[in-house]
Amino acid sequence: MTALVALFSTAAIGAGIIFFLAGTVGLIRFPDGLTRLHALTKADNLGLGLIVIGLLPLSSSVGMALKLVVIWALVQFAGATVAQLIARVARSTERGE
Amino acid sequence: MLGLALDLLIAALVIGVALWTVRTRDDFAAIVGFVAYGLLLTLAWARLAAYDVALTEAAIGGGVTGVILLRASIRLKPVATARKPIGARILVGLLCAAISAALAAVVLLPMTPAPSLAIEVRTHLASTGLGNPIAGVLMAYRALDTFLETVVVLLALFGVWSLTPDAAWGGRPAMAVPAAAFGPLPLFGRLLIPVGIVIGVYIVWVGADAPGGKFQGATILAAMWILAMMAGLTQAPSIGRWRLRLLLAAGPIVFLAIGLAGIPLAGAFLAYPEALAKPLILLIEVALTLSIAATLGLLVAGPPDVTPGVEP
Repeated sequence: MTALVALFSTAAIGAGIIFFLAGTVGLIRFPDGLTRLHALTKADNLGLGLIVIGLLPLSSSVGMALKLVVIWALVQFAGATVAQLIARVARSTERGE
Repeated sequence: MLGLALDLLIAALVIGVALWTVRTRDDFAAIVGFVAYGLLLTLAWARLAAYDVALTEAAIGGGVTGVILLRASIRLKPVATARKPIGARILVGLLCAAISAALAAVVLLPMTPAPSLAIEVRTHLASTGLGNPIAGVLMAYRALDTFLETVVVLLALFGVWSLTPDAAWGGRPAMAVPAAAFGPLPLFGRLLIPVGIVIGVYIVWVGADAPGGKFQGATILAAMWILAMMAGLTQAPSIGRWRLRLLLAAGPIVFLAIGLAGIPLAGAFLAYPEALAKPLILLIEVALTLSIAATLGLLVAGPPDVTPGVEP
């Protein structure tokens, strides 16, 4: 059972790290602001979400697990808002306003 | 082995980002570098298991200071930064290197045995009614330092207010982001602010027994206030209002009053009568939290630029 949990956690955290890696590569390599933003938000929600899912079975108490989920939700919410704000600025500068 | 590799990586990143921040010629880029540097330092403190310091660094070092610097750099007119003559640059470099070398010597060549009061603090912590030794040091053993820190924050706000143009004195800072009335920011504010207030109060409350405390919690509360102002959900207050000024001064005043009462009641300035230690510390923490949150929010808002009585 313990081995199974460890395997699940490793797989989920590993998948999360891949999303962070891909997001970082996208941030460096993509040509303009909007596509770079697209790459970053994937790292935020999928990458962090997978890492949190991987950490859930390892957390010491239900309270700790809930805190992890709340952290993910807050990052998700802040990330989505900031992405919208940056995208608006990027589009208005593109149009030369 | 893996831990050591992680520590070395964090150390290398801290130094790398610090060098980049100093080297870059662009204000905005340097501030972004400074914020990233603060977050990396947070990781370093967390690796040292100094979670109280890590929380403070993340909230104040990276967060509030970064926002204040950004707002300051927007206000500053772009100036052509002429490079200083080579002699001055070498002198500055030598002075910085000397300070770094002195600090490195202190850290690398410690006295043996290193002077420490940690055991004393542990033994007597129970008499303060607190469970977190950091809170014990801040509120009881080194209360004078904490008191002066809160006064310094207030003095910094006086410094910012002294930059007010004559016509705007007694007015309020303009904070709303242009076009904030549309788009996601007001929605974000409405949903996040209640959650953020609960988390801020929780961090203050839990600080008595676990990592957290008034500075960290107050920073979160201040951030929620700043968000409300930026999203246009509320206006920054006029700095002439006496209720605002009372709120700003409440923390230091309560701290000072209880400190002075300690002279007749407990025999020393800032000493607490043992039976009342916990409630008094709690009272000071609540007053300080409100004052620090208000002060930090107004520090970010900057000097007033709206003339009193004239609405834009």
